[in-house]
Amino acid sequence: MEFRSHTMENGLEVVAEVNPEAYSTALGFFVRAGARDESADVAGVSHFLEHMAFKGTDGRSADDVNREFDELGAHYNACTSEEHTIFYAAVLPEYQDRTTALLADILRPALRDEDFDTEKQVIVEEICMYEDMPPFGADDKCRAAFFGAHPLSHSVLGTVESIRQLSVEAMRDYVRRRYGPASVVLVATGRIDFDALVSVAERACGAWAPVVAERAVPAFEPVDQFLVLEKRSATQQYAVALAAGPSAESPQRHAAKLLSTILGDDLGSRLYWELVEPGLAEQASLSHCEFEGAGVMMTYLSCTPESIDENLRRVRELYAQAEREGVDADELRQAKNKVRSRLVLSGERPRGRLFMVGGDWIARREYQSVAEELAVLDAITLEQVNEVLRVYPLTHNTTMTIGPRTDVRPPK
Amino acid sequence: MTEKILSHTFANGLVLVAEPMRSLESAAFSFLVPSGCVHDPTDRGGLASFLSEMIMRGAGNRDNRRLVLDLDNLGVERHESVADAHAYFSGVTLSENLPAALTVYADVLRRPHLPEEHLEMVRQIMLQEIQAIEDEPAQKLAIELRRRYYRSPWGRPSQGERRAVESITLDDVRAMFAERFRAAGTILGVAGRFEWEPLKEAVGRLLGDWPGGPDARPDQATAQPTVGHVAHESQQTQIGIAYPSVPYRDDRYFEAWGAVGVLSGGMSARLFTEVRERRGLCYSIHAACHSLRDCGGVFCHAATSADRAQETLDVTLGELVRLARGIEEHELTRLKARIKSALIMQQESSAARSASLARDWYHLGRSRSLEEVSRRIDRLSCASINAYLTECPPRDFTAVTLGPEKLEMPNGVS
Repeated sequence: MEFRSHTMENGLEVVAEVNPEAYSTALGFFVRAGARDESADVAGVSHFLEHMAFKGTDGRSADDVNREFDELGAHYNACTSEEHTIFYAAVLPEYQDRTTALLADILRPALRDEDFDTEKQVIVEEICMYEDMPPFGADDKCRAAFFGAHPLSHSVLGTVESIRQLSVEAMRDYVRRRYGPASVVLVATGRIDFDALVSVAERACGAWAPVVAERAVPAFEPVDQFLVLEKRSATQQYAVALAAGPSAESPQRHAAKLLSTILGDDLGSRLYWELVEPGLAEQASLSHCEFEGAGVMMTYLSCTPESIDENLRRVRELYAQAEREGVDADELRQAKNKVRSRLVLSGERPRGRLFMVGGDWIARREYQSVAEELAVLDAITLEQVNEVLRVYPLTHNTTMTIGPRTDVRPPK
Repeated sequence: MTEKILSHTFANGLVLVAEPMRSLESAAFSFLVPSGCVHDPTDRGGLASFLSEMIMRGAGNRDNRRLVLDLDNLGVERHESVADAHAYFSGVTLSENLPAALTVYADVLRRPHLPEEHLEMVRQIMLQEIQAIEDEPAQKLAIELRRRYYRSPWGRPSQGERRAVESITLDDVRAMFAERFRAAGTILGVAGRFEWEPLKEAVGRLLGDWPGGPDARPDQATAQPTVGHVAHESQQTQIGIAYPSVPYRDDRYFEAWGAVGVLSGGMSARLFTEVRERRGLCYSIHAACHSLRDCGGVFCHAATSADRAQETLDVTLGELVRLARGIEEHELTRLKARIKSALIMQQESSAARSASLARDWYHLGRSRSLEEVSRRIDRLSCASINAYLTECPPRDFTAVTLGPEKLEMPNGVS
């Protein structure tokens, strides 16, 4: 396992974790552009653009793009988050060059009017699909309330209205501003020929004009609030609670991961024993999400409408108790064992490693091997985990419940 | 391409089938226990799932908490589920923890406590799962389509029915455990880093004296094609279509699978191209083969806004019917490229391999190596796929829609 990196003259970086033993190769362009970088008049443009990338370039039609990926036998896709847009493919090593060139090409899409109008309908359908699945709307709406005026409040999908009014010119302008080479990292894992990777990247992206995209990272002051959103067609009642947590740059982020595993992992956590195992809730979990300059601890709960009040009260009491008494050494050991195993298992496939290596690099310009990451994990102390609870109390949060009930009250 | 597949059938009928994957640090196991929902008594739909949930609540000398804690400390990423024929218990962990994990599972499968004080808790979990389906329209549609396509009991939903779940007793749970949890018909697939002889010896010690017994299952067949609509308050209409296909153990299965790959494998496949790319009708559309042991089907799903649902249905059905006219060489080339890379990448996942080994054994009475599958894929040709499509064209459609309004079924759809 060897780490290699290279920075092109125009600022585009190429990083790779080379594993000559791997059967496959994973390649991804990580773009530092997401919902937080959008102004209100282009809400949803990052995600829409991710779709448009597959609709062709100056030299390729939409059919060409899809056909070529399939000819390479690629397992490929793209995803958009609040902070990044990632285009990736897993292929056999012999297709490394062609796949890299194809991925690079779609980062400069043609954005033809007709394709834009057709794909707009697909995006609207994607939004409608989530609207019909009440748990999905809940986290988006809760995040908007939690972050208020902060750019992390933006929805990745946008709304039917914001998508309908979006113009292709506005999208072209967004690509120009946000997809400059300094905002792009080419990440590769698995069996990689690094020199070939750099030379293909130089050929494909070397002429991209340097543009520097600024990102606003304003300070953020979380507030306590309790919100009820009626969704009469829902059968279950859902709740999302967001509390502040360590950011992507914070050294406390590792301890926060362990804390969320102890309190709210899907299995064997305090929330599991309190709510899921006894059948009081269908799901109850806590997870840590990190962003640039901010982090959240997200609680998710789904249960019957009549049991929401009691379950919210139990979650609050469970968090209050953890803040008062801390977690214990046995729990920390159990969480470390779980996280250790997950790290190793997800690192076995190049496409699993791709997101870890790329995520570390784009957030912190840092590379960590699995072994190094395990060492960091092992060194976390109980005191550090409990410190996270003191600095980021879970009982201070924005809670939103969505479902048929309108009369849910905040837990005492 | 792969190392050898190893297998052993114990005197009590238990099958162990394993494949070493020495490039990995992990080892994965998949138990298939013949306790699927087709064995639910008629008035106890959901009993197999109920039992599968009860079974993890303490076993051997571990109570419910100890069981979860021990598996967590062994780093076992685990998963339990119930399908038609089997209850599945699978897990993946670091290689050195495999023997200890199997020791825990031997207790789970043979000596669960099935504690009375957990009966009501498990019932609440089951009832919530049934209720939650109402908020997942795509899943609700899939359940209804399957129910109509396969003849009972093979189309049953594993979640069961609310009223039946409300009346399940501890005696029901214990009776099903006694009848269905036994060595005969149980298959254990293992893949990843392990040594064969010590593994075989350990499994023999843990499960070799597990009572065998007969392994019978109800006959499998598809039902008469029907068309139905489920009224549902939603923005989108869900469309589900199923039609007959050969089962996995039929030699023509790879032709059937290839034909469906042309319909729905990759973004250049026909359904994605015609329904989504050209017309922008929907976000998700796909088709896939499903196989019981003795019969199978192709299941298609699409979801789109109610006002565009009719066009989506018409275009989708049009593509299914057009498939019978045959596929072309360039489609086959792309299909083979995708399959080939998928096969090679399977060698990077012990979990995927252990599940395939066990599933193969159920369908074929042996497990195929990736090399064997690869050779069979090489033999696929346009001529062989088109011959299959002439013999078994997509027809006799079972169709279900779910949404605010019913759709018009074109002529030729029952």
